[in-house]
Amino acid sequence: MRRASVLDARPAAPLVAAGGNGTGGERLPVLKTYKLYIGGEFPRTESGRAYEIHDARGRLLANACRGTRKDIRDAVRAARKAFPGWAGRTAYNRSQILYRIAELMEGRREQFIGEVVAAEGVGRRRATRLVDAAIDRWVWYAGWADKFSQVMGTVNQVAGSYFNFSVPEPTGVVGVVAPESSSLLGLVSRLAPAIVSGNCAVVLASEARPLPAVTLTEVLATSDVPGGVVNLVTGLRRELVTHLAGHMDVNALDAFGLDPAQAEAIESLATENVKRVVRPPTGGEAAIDWLSPLAQSPYLIAEFVETKTVWHPIGA
Amino acid sequence: MTLTKKPETRPAPASWGLAARGRVPWEYAPAPESTDHVTIRPEYGLFIDNAFAPSKPRRTFGVINPATEEPLARVAHASKADVNRAVAAARRAHSTTWSRLPGSERAKYLYRIARILQERSREFAVVETMNSGKPIKESRDVDVPLAAAHFFYYAGWADKLDYAFPNRQPRSLGVAAQIIPWNFPLLMLAWKIAPALAAGNTVVLKPASTTPLTAYLFADVVLQAGLPPGVVNIITGPGEIGMELVRHPDVNKVAFTGSTAVGKMIAQAVAGTRKKLTLELGGKAANIVFEDAPLDQAIEGIINGIYFNQGEVCCAGSRLFVQESVYEPLLDKLKDRLSTLRVGDPLDKNTDVGAINSAGQLAKIAELVESGIAEGAEIFQPDCQLPDRGFFFRPTLFTGVSQSHRIAQEEIFGPVLSVLTFRTPEEAIEKANNTPYGLSAGVWTEKGSRIFKMVSAMRAGVVWANTFNRFDPASPFGGYKESGYGREGGIHGLAAYLDLSPTGDAR
Repeated sequence: MRRASVLDARPAAPLVAAGGNGTGGERLPVLKTYKLYIGGEFPRTESGRAYEIHDARGRLLANACRGTRKDIRDAVRAARKAFPGWAGRTAYNRSQILYRIAELMEGRREQFIGEVVAAEGVGRRRATRLVDAAIDRWVWYAGWADKFSQVMGTVNQVAGSYFNFSVPEPTGVVGVVAPESSSLLGLVSRLAPAIVSGNCAVVLASEARPLPAVTLTEVLATSDVPGGVVNLVTGLRRELVTHLAGHMDVNALDAFGLDPAQAEAIESLATENVKRVVRPPTGGEAAIDWLSPLAQSPYLIAEFVETKTVWHPIGA
Repeated sequence: MTLTKKPETRPAPASWGLAARGRVPWEYAPAPESTDHVTIRPEYGLFIDNAFAPSKPRRTFGVINPATEEPLARVAHASKADVNRAVAAARRAHSTTWSRLPGSERAKYLYRIARILQERSREFAVVETMNSGKPIKESRDVDVPLAAAHFFYYAGWADKLDYAFPNRQPRSLGVAAQIIPWNFPLLMLAWKIAPALAAGNTVVLKPASTTPLTAYLFADVVLQAGLPPGVVNIITGPGEIGMELVRHPDVNKVAFTGSTAVGKMIAQAVAGTRKKLTLELGGKAANIVFEDAPLDQAIEGIINGIYFNQGEVCCAGSRLFVQESVYEPLLDKLKDRLSTLRVGDPLDKNTDVGAINSAGQLAKIAELVESGIAEGAEIFQPDCQLPDRGFFFRPTLFTGVSQSHRIAQEEIFGPVLSVLTFRTPEEAIEKANNTPYGLSAGVWTEKGSRIFKMVSAMRAGVVWANTFNRFDPASPFGGYKESGYGREGGIHGLAAYLDLSPTGDAR
């Protein structure tokens, strides 16, 4: 049997709750089962498999779902089903829903901070900045929902008696390979610009640090985000990413969180149905400062929209 | 071309005053465009660093007139070493001259090109028609004027890039490798070269191997306009040479227009690199006619949609969806109109449908038409005479077509229309979007709210409402889904040739 790095043999150890509780001794904490998020529901992986998630100090945090190709397919189907409804919402409505995500994250701020500390091994102060930036990022993109088309759309002065305009439209189902190190802020920074325009997403969570992402799906499930708009699969990248990149009903792939060494193979798979691909940054994720204002941009929304041009004659 | 089934035919209606079977009210006299003012050289070398030179090793291949099958010229067959030379020339020009010029100077070069194209328009139109087989009225009224307009439009952007993309410092990408098809040889050249140069890039362009002549004529324009050496380089050869160009490590940008199959190969060749890629690929456009549409206008739109340029158009309206209640009258009018199309000598100013570009393409069209017959669709063709020589195909329409027929699924790239029906707007939307392609669509109705519903529902990059096959340099063009990505035309087309990343890391 081949072992993944995160499956390295370790002596069996008791689970500790991510977020730092369980030290008081008077009471046994109730631990959370971390599940997938598909079509607005929280199924376990159809395979029944799990893999161990450890914190930065090596303590066992959870058994996460080790998702499969079938889970990816289910997630894509749920995303496709949700797409017409989500894209058909008014931009004002999508804007309010993204803002609502921020509201509910704020309510769980402490939980996210604890989980980011555990996942990323950063100090509490750093984790607080990361979580706050993630919340603020939703607010920032919420504001773009009914504005990006005013920046990216055009009325075109053609040489003839035609009214001619171009509008951005969502491309459809977007596969998001979430950043591997930045478990929450990195994910939000890639997910928000993908869905704000009306796309639906299938997210591969960070392999080694998936727990904040799973908690984020619990926020999404209660934020009026329609089921299927965001779907999240946890598991081993090498088992999943090829199926996402090669899926014929996925229109675009955000490979930003991919190891650049894998980019060629994954991009190659994506050509089969002419997917739009955002490549991993040169130098990989280490080169990214997620707290920088450059990590949010309407140009990222533009990566996952299509420009539709419409002609109509002018006449009586 | 003998079909396995005799098509339904009908003569041109007498009311049109055209030649009808058995009696001839009056016939058009030949009106050939003169060719005596054009010079086609016997041989063209590669155009690299502002000089024509033979390929190394010296190899050539023949180029013919598809309407007569007569040879027109021989052109250089580039080798891998030639690709290297061309890319090196473009790189040198990018780093030493072109990207360093102020945008306002680049603009003036492009304006010069636009003006020279206008001045030499007749020459370009005639050579384009001789080499591609398209009717002279189209090359004269569409291809050449639009090509000039494209240069004129992008010229104006060259010194205004900072206003186009807020909060970014647009930078040129470097060397652009551009591969274009044979259906609009000069126009596609303009679509590729104009935005690339405006943005400060230099180019290596590979025209299609059957239609390189207007590209080499354009090289003359480059010389007349006084462009610095290496800014525009043109090489010819088969598809493998195009792939060598795409794979060249010193290329920064790849732009391709052509089939979806080749587009996927190019995307694979670019995978894992930092090259920026735009693809303008195939299509299978739905042209949807509602019962309240102005039928006579719609007929003209349908005809223009599928028989323009012999249907060798990626955005051709090759699937006609007619609301059932107007199916009979519309089909009757359509067959009448089809019977009046004049098929023949592309240089004749009265010709509506010219020659298919190559024997290979003609065979492909015939094969798909046979499949339509074999799968049970009903074929209709006008009763017209085709020239004895050259690659001609009768304008064809099929009725009784179902969604699963190959003629309703595959891009034919020929003058072949599949007619299907629908009852409700929802059914039309479902059927129209039922294709891996998404380049264009057409909608015909007098009801404004329905236009907007249909326009929004089409998963296609260009939607023509109560018109079809209109193009303009200011108007972005490009596809959804497997019709490719990126846009050509307008401010969107400019973005495809710029590095807009905040860090200078193009992606």
